[in-house]
Formats: sequence, C-alpha cells, structure tokens
Amino acid sequence: MTCDEARGLLHALIDGELDAGHAREVEAHAASCARCAGELAAARELRAALRGNNLNYAAPPSLRGSIDRAVPTPVAATSRRALLKGFALGSVVSAVAAIGVGFVIIGGNRDSRILGEAVSAHLRSLQADHLTDVLSSDRHTVKPWFNGRIDLAPPVIDLTAQGFTLIGGRLDFIDGKPVAAIVYRRRVHVINLFVMQGMSAALTAPKLEIIQGFNILRWTDQGLNLMAVSDLAQDELEEFETKFEAAAKTERAS
Amino acid sequence: MAFEGSESGSDKAQRFRAAALPYLGDVYTLARYLLRNPADAEDAAQECYLRAFRHFETFRGGPIKPWLLAILRNVCRAEYARRGALAVLQSEALDAAEECAEGLWSEGESSPESSALARLDGETVRRLIAQLPDQFRETIVLREINELSYREIADVIGAPVGTVMSRLARGRALLRAAWIAEEKEP
Repeated sequence: MTCDEARGLLHALIDGELDAGHAREVEAHAASCARCAGELAAARELRAALRGNNLNYAAPPSLRGSIDRAVPTPVAATSRRALLKGFALGSVVSAVAAIGVGFVIIGGNRDSRILGEAVSAHLRSLQADHLTDVLSSDRHTVKPWFNGRIDLAPPVIDLTAQGFTLIGGRLDFIDGKPVAAIVYRRRVHVINLFVMQGMSAALTAPKLEIIQGFNILRWTDQGLNLMAVSDLAQDELEEFETKFEAAAKTERAS
Repeated sequence: MAFEGSESGSDKAQRFRAAALPYLGDVYTLARYLLRNPADAEDAAQECYLRAFRHFETFRGGPIKPWLLAILRNVCRAEYARRGALAVLQSEALDAAEECAEGLWSEGESSPESSALARLDGETVRRLIAQLPDQFRETIVLREINELSYREIADVIGAPVGTVMSRLARGRALLRAAWIAEEKEP
C-alpha cells in the first residue's frame, strides 16, 4: 500500500470502517511511516478528546410536548396503550403491520413483550459497558463459558472471515429467563444474538421487525429461537443470518 | 395543529411515535450545531418531525435515525436560504474550494506537532465544533456525536462516501488546530 493510499484510509481505520485486510495494510504502513503514524495518532487523540465530553444537546421538554401534540393520539388506543406501554406498544403495532389483518392480539402480548425486552437488553448492553461477560473472539472460549450457566448449548460461530467479528458472550434475561447473548461487531455496529428456547413458535422463515428503530431478525434452528438485534441495516442483518446459518450447517455436517 | 384522525392515520401515528421519538435528542443536537441557536433549532426539529410524519409511508424500514437526520438537514438548509444569500454563497465557495483541493485535506496539517491535546470543558468543545465551516461541521457532528456510519452519512448529505472521508479528515484537522489554538489563548 502506498503512502497516499494509506493516508486516505487513516480515518476510516479509526472509525472502524475498514475490513480486516485493509485495516492490517494501513496499520502496517503506518508502522513504517512516521508521517502517517503521526497523523493517525493525532486523529486518535482528537477522537478520544471528543469522547471525553458529552457534546449532545438535550431537547427541551416543551419541544417533545409540542411534537407529541402535533401527532394525533387515537381515542380507541388509549386503554390498550396504558396496558402495554413503551416498547411493547411499538412491537404490537409493527407485528400487526408485518402480519396483516389476521393478527391475533392475545397471542401477540407475550411475543411483543419479548421483542421489547430484547431491545432493552440490547440497549443495556451498549450503555452500561456490560457488553460481554466473556470477552473473546475464539469460539472455543465463548461456547464452553455457557456450560452450567444456561440449560442449552448456544451455537457460537466465528464469522470474522465473513465480515462479522465475534466479540464474546454474555448471560442476559428475557421474559424472566436466562438467555445466551452472543455478541458480534460489524464496523461500528454491535449485533446481540440472543439464543433461547421455547420463546415462540417455530418460524418457517426468518422474520424481520423494527422496534425503536432497531432491526430485529428472528429465526428458529434446531429447536432454538434465535433473535439478532442491531442498528445495522436490514440487508446486512439478513446477510448475518444467512452466513450464520450456512456456517452452522457446515459445522453440523462436519 | 393536528393530522387527519382516520383509523389508518391512528396506526401510523402510533408507529411513528414509537419509531421516531426516541431520536429527538439526536435530531435536536444536529439542529443546534447546524443552526447555532436554540430557538431556530427547536423550530427546525419540530418541522423535521412534522415532515417525517407526513412522509412516514415513504420510510422503507431500516434504521430510522439517518432518515430523520436527512430530513432535519433539508429543513436546516431551507433555513440557511431564508437567512439570506450570504450563508449559501459561503457554502458554495467552500464546495468549490473543496473540489479543487482533493488531497489538500491531507497536506495542510503536515506537522500536527505531537503535542497532547489539553482537556477542554464541554462548552468550549461545542463552541469549537460550532465554528467549523458548514460542510465539515455537519460531517463531524454526524460522525462523532450522532455516530452514523460513513454510508449513512453519505446518504444524509447526499454525497459519495469518498467525500465523507475527505470532509471528515479535513474537519478533524481543522478542529484539532482550533483546539490547540484555544489551549494557547484561552
């Protein structure tokens, strides 16, 4: 890699936008080029300095209020809203939108609660600096970690070569039950893959839902319910599922 | 001000609230940095949500944050236009400067003098960011504060990823220079 090429990619490197191959090349170049190394260090330092401050502005409560008033609140929905609240409301609505008119609300309550809790668990994992209990990109470290902690053996698959880096694993709780959370990263996006049992009926095909702006892709495999939650774009999350299942199948066959 | 209360309208309103309202902080923050004044930022954020609600059918799924920020940016650009030709001229001049300066962004700051950046308080850092020229400011805020990916930033500002990368590099260099100047002359 030439100096010019590397310089153009220095920022992409610190922003986590490069694939592993290019990242290695840029780093290798910077190791032998004082100028690029200096720029890289300067950019990293600025980034760290910015991160040290809260640079967001809090929206005034009055603004939220006036936006809220401008969007109509349907009378009929009020009582149901009071029951379900927040996340659950969004998921019922998305579920209805996804399935169509024939959707049965009664069956959907637990389902929507699970979806809401999955998003909450995803958010918690990002905010509380508790992304992983076992931090390792080696699946032979992550998989055994779950032994004795949970009554199922989650499929832990290394997808680094396919562009999804395994970060580690964590024990989380959804619907009052312990579930395995396997954590992947794609560029700056975190994917929490929740693995559980008996959470929902078997799905014949992967199903995508959007809750609170997060994409949730659910599928069933070998009697396990899998639920991938991320802010990653829909098509990339579907790519994740495809590659995960392909690798799982290969593994079972071997 | 209210929208049609039909049954489909109600469903839409519920879906919209659940999906879009959690990002009000991001929308308002970008508005503050783009417009540099609280009252205009509030107006712009409100206008952004009203437009977003009106056009919610056209939202094609995926992360909603970039979609909202793209709408906000359009609202802010209309506000720039309203404020007068000056801002527009300034940004056009910058566009031109940027075009003929492909690569310049990586040269100007040839010696960043590995002096460590002193810690500045949040208020000062916000001011330094607010003083960056338009293009660089919006790219820096979208990346560092709204935390969008390059692809998402490219979609929001309607430019290729390569432009995002060069603006980010240039913006960071400018911000670093301003930071160091601030240390010397508080």
